[in-house]
Parts: sequence; C-alpha cells; structure tokens
Amino acid sequence: MTDPGHTISPSPTFDTVANIISETCDIPRDTIKPESHAINDLGIDSLDFLDIAFAIDKAFGIKMPLEQWTQEVNDGKATTDQYFQLNNLCTRIDELVAAKGA
Amino acid sequence: MRLEYFQLIDRIVELKLADQMIRTEARVPATSTIFEGHFPGYPLMPGVLLIEAMAQTSGWLLIAITKFARMPFFAAVKEAKLRSFVTPGQQLALSGKLVHEGSGFAVTKAEIRCEGKLVCNCEITFRLVEFPNTEFRANMEKMAAILEFPIEALQHE
Repeated sequence: MTDPGHTISPSPTFDTVANIISETCDIPRDTIKPESHAINDLGIDSLDFLDIAFAIDKAFGIKMPLEQWTQEVNDGKATTDQYFQLNNLCTRIDELVAAKGA
Repeated sequence: MRLEYFQLIDRIVELKLADQMIRTEARVPATSTIFEGHFPGYPLMPGVLLIEAMAQTSGWLLIAITKFARMPFFAAVKEAKLRSFVTPGQQLALSGKLVHEGSGFAVTKAEIRCEGKLVCNCEITFRLVEFPNTEFRANMEKMAAILEFPIEALQHE
C-alpha cells in the first residue's frame, strides 16, 4: 500500500530538517510536509529561523548562506520558494553537504 | 561597570581569537539607584543585567571575530541560570566562547564567576549586521579603546 499523495518517500535530509523544525518551533511533526513553505505555511519567523539554521548547520556540518539567499530575494533574483519551501531547502542543504565533501 | 550608561563591563582582560574566546572583568558599583528598588533593604544585582553583561562580553568577542565588520545585536538567550546572588561592590570575571558562527548570526556560551565560583551562565544568539552608520561604528571603536580592546590581536590573525 502506498499513500497516493506521497509516492516518493521523503529524503533523510527532509526528515532531519522536519524534526528540527518540529522541535525548535513546537510545530506538530505530521503537519510539516516537503511542499511546506517555512514562512508562509508554517509561520516561522526570522528569529525562530535562526534557531533552525543553527541546528541545521550543526546537524549537517555546513553554513547555510542565509545572508546571500536573503539578498537574492530582496534583489528580486530569487523567490522565497527557492530557499524556504522545504523540499527546495533540503536540495540546497544536500548541495552544501556535497560541496563540503568535494 | 557604569549602570547609568548601560556599560556592564570594565575591561577586556584577554582575547584569544584562535580559541574564539574572551575574558572580561567588571566591578558591581557599591551604590546605584537600581539597588534602591532591587531591593529596598536587600540590594542585589538584577539577573537581567548579569545576562546583559554576558551579552556585552560575547558581543566584543564577535566584534573581534568579524574584525569590526559587523555589529552583534542581542537576539535570544537560552538556558540562563542565575546560580547565586551578586551584590554591590563584588568583582566579576566574565567569559564568552563562540559556539557557532552562522550566516548573519552567531551563538555563544557565556558565564560569570565571582571569587572563582560560577554565579551565572547562558547561551546567547546574536544577529550580525553591518554597522547602521559610521557614527555608531566610531562610537564602538571609542568604547573599545576604553575597554582596552586588544586591537593588535586582530592584526596577528
């Protein structure tokens, strides 16, 4: 049996990130989906996101370039979806982890 | 410590950039109007001011780490433990250590000791932003000189 809405299993990265968000912001884990937008859907504000960024940086041994991402959004070169929708955020994290090992 | 100017530390005693740590010192003033209210007949250094003193200590560490390129603004405090009373006239030894430098933020752990005994400690998160204006930065540089900030430590990095 498969859940018709989720034919692809969430990645281990997503599981880690979702657990961090749930614990940090006291958001029920089952409401956090790969398609959730951290700000628009989950209501995470910038201060809470610092806690999340700290935990993600530690968990993956990376330094998410939040300032660069924010600048790109402010300059209209990127949308918040590209960085703060969780499946996209997880892709960025995977890229940073891969770059670290390269 | 000049409570009326919100200057909670007197001097930077040691700055070790390689270890990402700082030590400062401060003496709680013998008298202050603050002690008239906190508390009448039983003067105590307010815990929130001890937390601010730890934040200022960590803040100077972050200014050093970013080489005066960023101003740390106090954003969050966690696990603050006020372990024993601090009273007027006591000499305090403060220290701060970087836990994590993220993009636009940093986390430190800080503590205060009095006569070797741990009196309080906490974890502090700061936002690291560019100085809002040149006047602000100039004033921080002046304050650095007053606190004997070891500018030479930055040049050896």
